[in-house]
Amino acid sequence: MKIIVLIKQVPESQATRMDETTGTLIREAASSVINPLDLHAIECALLIKEAAKEKCEIVCLSMGPPAATKVLREAMALGVDHGVLLSDRAFAGSDTWCTAFTLAAAVRKLGLPDLILCGERATDGETGQTGPAMGAFLDLPVISFVSHIEQIAGGWRARRMLEDGYETVEIDGPALACVLKEAAVPRLPTLQGKRLSRAKDIDIMSAQDLGVSQDDTGLKASPTRVVKIFRPSHLKKCEKLPAMDPAQAEKAVDRVVCLLKEKGLI
Amino acid sequence: MSPKAVWILAEQREGKVADVSYELITRGRELADQRGTELCAVILGDNLSDAELQTLIDRGCDRVLHASAPELRHFLPEPYDKCLQALIVKEQPEILIAAATSTGRTVMPCVAGPLRAGLTADCTGLQIEADTGNLLQTRPAAGGNIMATIKTPERRPQMATVRPHSTRPAPSISGRTGRIDRWQPPADLLKSRVRRVDYTPAVETQAIQDADVVVAVGRGFKKGDNVELARKLANVLDGAVGASREAVDRGWLPYPAQVGLSGKTVSPKLYIAVGVSGTVQHLAGMQTSETIIAINSDSEAPIFNYAEIGLCGDLFTLLPMLTAKIAAAKQS
Repeated sequence: MKIIVLIKQVPESQATRMDETTGTLIREAASSVINPLDLHAIECALLIKEAAKEKCEIVCLSMGPPAATKVLREAMALGVDHGVLLSDRAFAGSDTWCTAFTLAAAVRKLGLPDLILCGERATDGETGQTGPAMGAFLDLPVISFVSHIEQIAGGWRARRMLEDGYETVEIDGPALACVLKEAAVPRLPTLQGKRLSRAKDIDIMSAQDLGVSQDDTGLKASPTRVVKIFRPSHLKKCEKLPAMDPAQAEKAVDRVVCLLKEKGLI
Repeated sequence: MSPKAVWILAEQREGKVADVSYELITRGRELADQRGTELCAVILGDNLSDAELQTLIDRGCDRVLHASAPELRHFLPEPYDKCLQALIVKEQPEILIAAATSTGRTVMPCVAGPLRAGLTADCTGLQIEADTGNLLQTRPAAGGNIMATIKTPERRPQMATVRPHSTRPAPSISGRTGRIDRWQPPADLLKSRVRRVDYTPAVETQAIQDADVVVAVGRGFKKGDNVELARKLANVLDGAVGASREAVDRGWLPYPAQVGLSGKTVSPKLYIAVGVSGTVQHLAGMQTSETIIAINSDSEAPIFNYAEIGLCGDLFTLLPMLTAKIAAAKQS
């Protein structure tokens, strides 16, 4: 059995910088970490591997600048067998369509696995589109919002968290699953894992290696264009009311009730 | 010749049109009017009644296109993807918008891939660019710290998902007319490797994304039993109870109630954050709420920067008082 886990390096802090001309995120500037939800995807893969009767190989696949080898190394310290990084200037500025197209090309090169796992969304772009689009390119059923996944005979059983409840689905054959936090609790790397990870290879693949042309990857090939970026004005002038003693509390609560009435909320 | 149509992807649950569809009509009607074209609602399901489909016309659609088959009763990724793609290829709409729900966020990227369409996620603003007629799609990113406006200059349809509750549902106007087309997809489009085998409704009676009012529980509640105080406030406001990550990690509320980057994004009319400090991760999930009220004992808590009114005090005193006064105000 083979599982591919997609991971993305995201800025550690929320202080994301953007390239003002292209409107794309500057990825090399900030210190990077594995996208938090991707850690849950890695954990799902490790749990499936541990429960499997057959031999199972876990490959982590990422696309980004050469520095992204760091997050692949971290994944390998957790127990992932192999890391592959798609890195090429030609990929720069890819939108979700181009990213999914490029990743799908890489999966075809690596051989279609039994399962592809990814986090439901990344904390930087927050689109949640790359996983499902990739599933479409690879003709795999897309199982989104996954809160649990396990192997069953001939396929997978997954629980999906919907707006109004949980749905259980069963899938025949390979699938792509986008997981939520609830799917598994990520383990911490062990000292031995870290040591072993240093000895493992990370394959770097270019556009040419993948046979992906400039017509299908990178900023120019992306269907979407960023027109402008701006800082939102969510910051409000807060009417801060002290409510420490009973008299203050009563006055403050009355003010809230008054506001709710004004706004027609009660 | 007028431009091709604007489409919305309406949703149904158990044969009833889901309310989020009417929000899409508000968006779609505006765009269709600006482009001088038709607004069509596409809805996938199992033989919805004419009366149900008519509600989409009553609220502003010119046409309803209903793909109907037993396989479409519940969302299944492959039939939904294939049927929607087939309709787009046949009719070539100019714009397609869907709700950023579990269905919309799954099916739209699957459709956009093979069609090579541009797709923008979780938009909070949609406009037509004056000189080009392109759709301008504005969305928050990076935890709400950045807003980006995106367009798809060449590829069609221009596709976007829209954040639920980011606009009002379109009102019903009696006497509106439109046409309803029913389409039975061929069997090869309905094949699915995925089977729905079970469904369990949520423990909480109301989903936080669907609620007009959310009362959010944070670490300040100290223990799980105290969540009852928030529930009482939510009840008088017909709202739902949400939670910060800390409150969920401590087991006070189930994960579906979690608001924030690793939970859900909500945009209710009223968000009351109680004992929630307001980490960037939490703010990302709620800062587009229409009115935010914060109750916190720490007067320096970041949540106050996002609130219209902030009460600095003890939630165990303030919450019951607020609940009682709102109940009284509703009585009178």
